[in-house]
Amino acid sequence: MDVVVGQLFTGLSIGSILLLAALGLSLTFGQMGVINMAHGEFIMAGSYTAYVVQQLFSTGGASLFISLIVGFFVGGAMGALLEVTLIRRMYHRPLDTLLVTFGVGLILQQCARDIFGAPAVNVVSPGWLSGGIDILGAVVPKTRIFILILAVICVLALSFALAKTPMGRRIRAVVQNRDLAETSGISSRRTDISTFFIGSGLAGVAGVALTLIGSTSSTVGQSYLIDAFLVVVVGGLGQIKGAVIAAFALGILNSFIEYSTTASIAKVIVFVLIVFFLQARPQGLFAVKTRSLV
Amino acid sequence: MSTFVQQRRAWLGFALAAVLLFAVAPAVLSEFRLNLLGKFICYAIVAVGIGLAWGRGGMLTLGQGVFFGLGAYIMAMHLKISDADLRGDAVPDFMSIAGIRELPSYWVPFASPLVTILGILFIPALVALVLGLGVFKRRVKGAYFAILSQALAAAFAILLVGQQTTGGSNGLNRFRTFFGFDLKDPANKQMLFFIAAGVLLAVVAITRQLMYSRYGELLVAVRDQEERVRFLGYDPANVKIVAYVSAAFFAGLAGALFVPIVGIVSPNDVGIVPSIAFLIGVAIGGRSTLLGPVLGALGVAWAQTTLSEQFPSGWTYAQGLMFIVVVGFFPAGVAGLFALRSRKKAADEPGAVIDVEEKELVT
Repeated sequence: MDVVVGQLFTGLSIGSILLLAALGLSLTFGQMGVINMAHGEFIMAGSYTAYVVQQLFSTGGASLFISLIVGFFVGGAMGALLEVTLIRRMYHRPLDTLLVTFGVGLILQQCARDIFGAPAVNVVSPGWLSGGIDILGAVVPKTRIFILILAVICVLALSFALAKTPMGRRIRAVVQNRDLAETSGISSRRTDISTFFIGSGLAGVAGVALTLIGSTSSTVGQSYLIDAFLVVVVGGLGQIKGAVIAAFALGILNSFIEYSTTASIAKVIVFVLIVFFLQARPQGLFAVKTRSLV
Repeated sequence: MSTFVQQRRAWLGFALAAVLLFAVAPAVLSEFRLNLLGKFICYAIVAVGIGLAWGRGGMLTLGQGVFFGLGAYIMAMHLKISDADLRGDAVPDFMSIAGIRELPSYWVPFASPLVTILGILFIPALVALVLGLGVFKRRVKGAYFAILSQALAAAFAILLVGQQTTGGSNGLNRFRTFFGFDLKDPANKQMLFFIAAGVLLAVVAITRQLMYSRYGELLVAVRDQEERVRFLGYDPANVKIVAYVSAAFFAGLAGALFVPIVGIVSPNDVGIVPSIAFLIGVAIGGRSTLLGPVLGALGVAWAQTTLSEQFPSGWTYAQGLMFIVVVGFFPAGVAGLFALRSRKKAADEPGAVIDVEEKELVT
């Protein structure tokens, strides 16, 4: 029993990390159709932000909350900059955005290596997050619970922002029908930038959260990026609800397969299962219904 | 230009390339440089396939490292087993160090040279076929396909790193013989170069035939207007699968040649980053042309070797910048620049890549 609970919670924990990494993508990739390979490097930027913040405010637990806020703005600013300089030129060429942003990612990774050095750095998690909590016989680290709560807060905040705020309405309007939105007086340019700001900011938050469970190196984002994309693909484009379910499903699946085999075999099995899943539902869990032929 | 002139031109170009590769290169290059050129030729073979699948077919395949790696690891397994045989050991050296006494079952078939060659020819193509059927038949395409092919590369590299019996992250290296020939012997090294050069010429010839056949027209049509092709009664999935499987086949061959020429294959050669890096030469040369990918891949590989010797970290910046500048602003590559000069063709046609060869054919 405690094994099942333990694996289940590991799965939830992997899922919450995937979700944090994928949430921003569900905006930029899912809603805007931009395949931003530099999203992983925005995650990395968030992690290094946490490191820098900790160097500046070495005192105690407050640095985590400062990092989360600063991380959001660092990631967001990088995303907005990328949108303004490159991505705005290529909205009609999604596959080329993939390669261009991959180039940006390479450069950012090398920058990080030149600034912070090649060896990984560590961020000390605050004292009140050390240790674990006993849940039905399985000891769960507090850091992982914190990440789970953070993921839930981010999902709620994003859903609220998209559903209820004027900016959210503008974003949805531009995504659904750019021309009509323009006609009703919405500046689609400005909306694109703010969408990118939020999506990339969430990557920064994910990066800060990652420092709680591992060390930070220039490739930290890359290792989560592919999984994050798979989450969005399985969840269905532009669906936060889909991303949430997909992230936790993949996380739990991964943890249980990993338990009975090895980490590397589990990755391959999960990939094969995703391909099978797409046979049944090529548009992901929740498809946006359109009348288009494809 | 009439087809006759065109054919004659192609033959002339082909003969010129053959003379360059088989006579000039061995005469002017040192043994070391020739070997290096052999390695570049392996990348060029992969590039031809990517040109077909991506440039002509519009399938952005980010997982060519997988097929390259399958070819390479199959070849490397055979070479390791024959080396062990020569020494009279049951298992390759790295396995006996790790305490493995018996050859793992999936290694056993590759003790036979024939099975190895068949494996190199068919296994990458088969994997591509299975994935292609799974993906294209269900009309998964565009970004979905790109991400899936990339995830495949990630899963493959992780699998290789995790397995002790594939040499883990060290990969397989220190090969001594190649189907019975000593790999240290300069004459055999030159022979390997000739084999690679021959394969490149053959691969280019096959691709040219594909491109200028009815199939080639269909492939471009699928890239540009998949739905119309479907309405005409063709199955676009089959058209795509042929190009994708050919690209995988070429990549597998290239991987198999890479192993004896370079002397090592590791997960670093087949993961996500090398898989995407294969694309940059293709993009620079001109993705939708026949020779663009070849020349682009050769040029980028040469630049990488010379630049990274002098500026180790500079190469990464250069690579990143190339992706941004070429893909972002000159999507038709160097070939596109030539086309622009000879003909006023707008490069910013939505979603289209200038098709140099095709445009020249019209006149």
